[in-house]
Amino acid sequence: MRKRLLLLLAVVVATLTAAGAQAYTAFQQSNASQAAAPEVEVAFAGALPAAPFVIFRNTAEGHGFGQAATASLAEPNGQRTLLGTSCDRVYAARNLISCLSTKNGIPTTFEAATYNGSLQQQAGWALGGIPNRTRVSTDGSLVATTVFVAGHSYASSGFSTQTVISPADGSAHTNLEDYSLIDNGARIKASDRNIWGVTFSPGKPNEFYATASSQGNIWLVHGDITARTLSVAATGVECPSISPDGQRIAFKKSTSGTLAGSREPAVLDLATGNVTVLGERRDLDDQIEWLDNATILYGIPRNDAGKDSDVWSLSIAADAAPQLFIEHAWSPAVVR
Amino acid sequence: MHRLPAAEQDGQPLYISISDRKGGRQDQPTTGPAAVRPAFRLSPVIIWLGLVSMMTDISSESVAAVLPLYITGYLGLTTIAFGVIDGINQGASAIVRIGAGWVSDRTGHPKYVAVAGYGLSMLARIGFLAAGGFWAIAGIVTGDRIGKGIRTAPRDALISAEAQPEYLARSFGVHRMLDNIGAAAGPLIAFLVLTLIPNGFSTVFGVSLAFAVIGVAVLLLVVPDRISPARRERSTSRRAFRWSQFRWSRLTEPGLGRLMFTAGLLGALTIGDGFIYLLLRDRESFGIQWFPLLFVGTNAAFLMFAVPVGRMADRWGRIPVFLAGHVSLLACCLLAGLPFTGTVATAGCLLLLGLFYAATDGVLAALVSQLARPENLGTALGTAQTVVAVSRMAAASGFGVLWYATGPGTAVAIVSGLLAAAVAVAATLLRRTALVAAP
Repeated sequence: MRKRLLLLLAVVVATLTAAGAQAYTAFQQSNASQAAAPEVEVAFAGALPAAPFVIFRNTAEGHGFGQAATASLAEPNGQRTLLGTSCDRVYAARNLISCLSTKNGIPTTFEAATYNGSLQQQAGWALGGIPNRTRVSTDGSLVATTVFVAGHSYASSGFSTQTVISPADGSAHTNLEDYSLIDNGARIKASDRNIWGVTFSPGKPNEFYATASSQGNIWLVHGDITARTLSVAATGVECPSISPDGQRIAFKKSTSGTLAGSREPAVLDLATGNVTVLGERRDLDDQIEWLDNATILYGIPRNDAGKDSDVWSLSIAADAAPQLFIEHAWSPAVVR
Repeated sequence: MHRLPAAEQDGQPLYISISDRKGGRQDQPTTGPAAVRPAFRLSPVIIWLGLVSMMTDISSESVAAVLPLYITGYLGLTTIAFGVIDGINQGASAIVRIGAGWVSDRTGHPKYVAVAGYGLSMLARIGFLAAGGFWAIAGIVTGDRIGKGIRTAPRDALISAEAQPEYLARSFGVHRMLDNIGAAAGPLIAFLVLTLIPNGFSTVFGVSLAFAVIGVAVLLLVVPDRISPARRERSTSRRAFRWSQFRWSRLTEPGLGRLMFTAGLLGALTIGDGFIYLLLRDRESFGIQWFPLLFVGTNAAFLMFAVPVGRMADRWGRIPVFLAGHVSLLACCLLAGLPFTGTVATAGCLLLLGLFYAATDGVLAALVSQLARPENLGTALGTAQTVVAVSRMAAASGFGVLWYATGPGTAVAIVSGLLAAAVAVAATLLRRTALVAAP
């Protein structure tokens, strides 16, 4: 027994030493990486640019990793300007930025914050889950957030998304699950309802599109803020993004037609109902953004191990191929 | 229940005691009505098993706390993907429990069945260090959960074999206390690592693997693979066990079958802590940023109550305490459902929820140990765990439907009413079992 206890002690010491050494190395590397010079050309600014720009999350290694950044639309892959605020998801209109972020601590917490064009914080509130999507209405009056609420132990059940629309000052929060979900005039009272991925209709402050899902179905729903309704507009259309002219919806199409499986970008013509699948075969997770009425933008991870990604552009014309738009970037939003 | 204090000697209360383990065991040496209750002596093996569970729980709960963040935030998989993985989580372990208990009975080597279970989970942790991509993660999570399914029944059989029959519930209480220290510490350790090292998921997985290795090492090196001599005397049939003697019908011995049925009935009305937390959140009883700590709070309450409640169960009867645990759950539901807001309501609810787990988890294992034949103990423990797990899964999905159909307030009122009725039915059902199982 004594021998066995000594052997156990040896195993414990060896294991803890190895884990401690790994943790220490990771800690050193993390500190070094945060202090290192960025791997791309950066500048710093105290306000949003006046000319049309794209705002995104900077994923270039080194100082400024994870911060919101802007680049001019004229030269998107040129110098980027860091805004000094870390965001997991970022979106903006001319006069308003929405930034969702993770705060490491015990426990890890999540926050939404809005900033004006001079980067002054307007409002901030706690989020009930992991940041997933955010959008701002074109006039900068409304903010939509989707977070991912997960069970906090192996024992507790289920996953869900929580999508909330708030005024820019964060004064009120409306959970879209409280809206009535309507299909062909009949109310759907399903128990496993999830709603995510809001896109505000340009020039129509009362309207938006989003995804609703229940019992394996994926629906495009048309939201009405005054009537508090979500009306099913199409099936199989996930994570919509409406074009600046309001005529098309770019979305993620499940290759298997079910909730599992990979997604590819596609475009729905709202007038005709025609769906065109675009020429991108990599799995798509990011919510699509429109560069102009004929080109979409989206992030694709650089490799399997997370962290870094690139933003790609793709024309909706037939036979178009994706082109690299901004390296080391994620969550793009175009402000014209 | 029929135990009366007879004398106090050296500060140790003595009790007039009818045998604790009467159920299926006709070959017990101490069946005299005036047998003296021995003093409580905790077997070191139970402490070691508790440490194994503590290490393993630090390992699994530290990963569980950061897994959603890792999958959706870091790997960038869709939220739907996590839903699929989470579903695998729920189902995988229920199936293997009975099988593992049965193998442990059949071979007479519960330790090595447990080693297989803990070992599989440990191997899954190594996988986390290397994995990216959806199917890799899904496979690893499944392996981990199957490992948990395998290890639980043989481990409880080992605890049961080492415990004094008079102090079964208290012994399980000691084990569950150590177990839950790990479950409460795991998430805190994981959050601490992420605070020091942003995106330090691989460090969390490394630390998790280290604790898993230590857990398996303690089990392999220190826990004996033998049934204690005292136990062996009591159950000579164990060594002579032959496969031809196995009968499922033995699991439906009057006391045991009724106990399993009752556990299933009550389990089907146990809405689970996930929903309790959602109710509390809906009441805005606390800032949503504290949501992840509710789980830690419940575990802290569980570990605090585990031993005292186990002692009460040994003294006053395990069935009354088991039923009282469900009354505590009922009180928690009412507290979460009623419009009391604020920290006091939240804290009270977590205490009641911890009390519920303390009065049901280890106490049920003690009851099963008391009623099952020794040669079927592993199978009986595995079956009881499966009954509880499956009925609670059914409860969760049923309550989810009710929640959306009627709203949270009405849903919790309906379930509370049904639970109150079920406790009354359970009390009636178990009255005879209580007499059979009476200390």
